[in-house]
Amino acid sequence: MALEVNGRQIEVDEEGYLSNLNDWEKDIATVMAKEDDIELGDDHWEIINFLREYYEEYQIAPAVRVLTKAVGKKLGKEKGNSKYLYELFPYGPGKQACKFAGLPKPTGCV
Amino acid sequence: MLHTINKSPFEKDSLTTCLRYAQKGASILFIEDAVYACTKGTQFEKDIHDHQGDIKFYVLGPDLEARGLDNSNLTTNIEIVDYKGFVKLVADNEKTQNWL
Amino acid sequence: MEEQESGIIKKFIYVNRKAPHGTIYAHEALEVVLIAAAFEQDVALAFIDDGVYQLKKGQNTDGIATKNFSKTFGALDMYDVEKLYVEKESLEARGLSEEDLSVDVEILPASDLKNLFNESEVFFNF
Repeated sequence: MALEVNGRQIEVDEEGYLSNLNDWEKDIATVMAKEDDIELGDDHWEIINFLREYYEEYQIAPAVRVLTKAVGKKLGKEKGNSKYLYELFPYGPGKQACKFAGLPKPTGCV
Repeated sequence: MLHTINKSPFEKDSLTTCLRYAQKGASILFIEDAVYACTKGTQFEKDIHDHQGDIKFYVLGPDLEARGLDNSNLTTNIEIVDYKGFVKLVADNEKTQNWL
Repeated sequence: MEEQESGIIKKFIYVNRKAPHGTIYAHEALEVVLIAAAFEQDVALAFIDDGVYQLKKGQNTDGIATKNFSKTFGALDMYDVEKLYVEKESLEARGLSEEDLSVDVEILPASDLKNLFNESEVFFNF
């Protein structure tokens, strides 16, 4: 499967996650979000960037529970809760935000 | 003759057997999990030192780095080679034997 | 992910005995630990024999083009996996000491680890 971004064919798996993490660029997140009817704002980018940094540091996409906790620690309590994160990423902050960030599906998600 | 070893000496006796068969003038290259064989402070240090008069020892750099090791972790007289050096060793030796 | 609601908590222990990059065991073990962490069990990790090499700090896998999963050990406490034990004898036999390790661990002699194994209920050996 492939996703077309700026005329480039980007390979994704059957669930829409990037096959190659290094393919990621910001426009890919925008295109993926559009397919899910989401327009990315600063709040979305804050989480997407947070996830990319998390992956860089720990080499894993965090499970929702862990993401929520980590966001709370880094960005404050009002953001480190499921309500806030689910409003931004209605298909699940773990799955959907990780997808936009070019990360693999979180370990432990089925 | 070039001998390569790719298993940890703590898990398999490839190093011991290789040393038993390697002859004067041979080279031994440690790759993958065998790189631990030439680190400081293990029981294998003595085995290597005992053979250094007859055998030249090499270790593959990228495999060392992957395991968080560098020159400072190695026992004496081990030469670190990169992939090019690996190829050169194979080319310079008429025969290669891989101890798995 | 659905979390188990049975409420039964058992003492799990993961016994890691393999060096990190030559085989897939070490990486797979870590994946299993992360997946199972969602089930909220009492989890401990023991590193013995070549398993202690998994925690060596400063690993950089760029040159062998594999994933540097050693970084993931740093995330374990966020998964509430906080009990990491390293066998003293294995560490010493490899010329390593506590300063060589990338994460906080408890270093125990085999005699103490033996007791820990005795108290554990479910074993995963890698």
